[in-house]
Amino acid sequence: MVTYFSDIYNGLISLFIGMGVTFKEFFKPTVTVQYPYETLTMTDKYRGHVELIENDEGKPNCVVCGLCARACPSGCITLAGEKPEGAKKKALTKYVLDFTRCSLCGSCVESCNFNALEFSKEYNLASTRKEDFIFDLLQRLEERNK
Amino acid sequence: MSLTLLNVIIAVVIAIAFAALNAAYLVWAERRGAARIQRRPGPNINGPFGLLQPPLDGIKLMAKQLIIPGGVDKILFIAAPVLAMFPAIMSFVTIPFSDTIVAQNMDVGVLMIFAFASMGGMSLLFAGWSSRNKYAMMSSIRAVSQAVAYEIPMLITTITVVMIAGSMNLTEIVQQQSASILHWNIFPLLGNSHNLLMPFSFLIFFICTLAETNRAPFDLGEAESELVAGFHTEYGSMGFGLFFMGEYANIVIGSCMTTILFLGGWSCPFGLFPGVWWFLLKLYLLIATFIWIRWTFPRTTIYGLLNLSWKILIPLSLFNLLFTAGLIKVF
Repeated sequence: MVTYFSDIYNGLISLFIGMGVTFKEFFKPTVTVQYPYETLTMTDKYRGHVELIENDEGKPNCVVCGLCARACPSGCITLAGEKPEGAKKKALTKYVLDFTRCSLCGSCVESCNFNALEFSKEYNLASTRKEDFIFDLLQRLEERNK
Repeated sequence: MSLTLLNVIIAVVIAIAFAALNAAYLVWAERRGAARIQRRPGPNINGPFGLLQPPLDGIKLMAKQLIIPGGVDKILFIAAPVLAMFPAIMSFVTIPFSDTIVAQNMDVGVLMIFAFASMGGMSLLFAGWSSRNKYAMMSSIRAVSQAVAYEIPMLITTITVVMIAGSMNLTEIVQQQSASILHWNIFPLLGNSHNLLMPFSFLIFFICTLAETNRAPFDLGEAESELVAGFHTEYGSMGFGLFFMGEYANIVIGSCMTTILFLGGWSCPFGLFPGVWWFLLKLYLLIATFIWIRWTFPRTTIYGLLNLSWKILIPLSLFNLLFTAGLIKVF
């Protein structure tokens, strides 16, 4: 008989405690980020596809040594360069990243000795066509500078 | 008020409008409330604060095709959703929102409302039985055993209140509580009862209302994780819509009855601003509690549910009935 009533009492009290918890939660601010309208800034270590780093003049840091293309295990990177007349260093003329095969391993960024490659913070990547994932990084750099 | 045909039609139209409006916007309130508790924003795209969501949902439901699956019992299948909505609408007719706002005051108002409320269980039985779907069948068996189990303590508690008031007329029950806040049936000190157990009576009645309206944590009838959607598994379009509206209309009826029987109906606690808004305030506070409870507790098991009724609520409410009868005899 005592356990009967104590069970009822304890059960009832625990219900009110539970309701107290949800009552407190009710007045806390919402934590949802409304994605298309609001976005979070990506963390420092986030790995998007690679992007070229530019120097002060708006040109890529790249000296077309080709180490990144050799380091890439999937052969995603195709690059070409030429030496303009009178210049000391080679200039980049083409840098194409085939993102469909990239596994974001970061070997290219690691292999670069000239601080020319970085991970971008790009994550809004969706398309129905494969060709949309073959990025011309040089063109992207120019568009960024516009 | 004379019961002319015009009066009846106006009353029914107002009742349907009130029920439909409440059903629509309680869904909105429920979704927003649930979202707040879970720290989400809830529906907020359509209109300010998502206020256009319910009418758009309604349009979507009405635009859908009403599919009647093969092998169902057609008459019962069509009758069930109507039967879910109709008793709730009928019950609004006798509910006094204030001393003047009542469609048809009856001497047996309490009896009428519980008579119609018991038809709600029948609609669930019809829906489950006629759907020819084993999940719907299981659900209706649960819903009916639940309805039977919880109608008993609910009615015993109601009888306690009716004994205190000495009347089944809802207006009169409220008028007897309207002197002050201490005359309300939930507070036992003044008034007719002097019964210190009345707060527990209120709790029992409220729990039974939760169970009778098939609300979480007693929504065994439509336990999604076990029974797909329960008795309305086979319903789409407005058939489903009517069940939904019926459910919310029943919540409103249950809260109205709790307000009238225990919280003094439209009477104001300290004599301030008397009027219908006190009734609505108490009504919507109770409904908010319904929503709050739903998003706090997980679903019980069917055994836990029936044990709660037969082993705890019925003995306690019976004891309270006898205790109150004794007090009435003494004072």
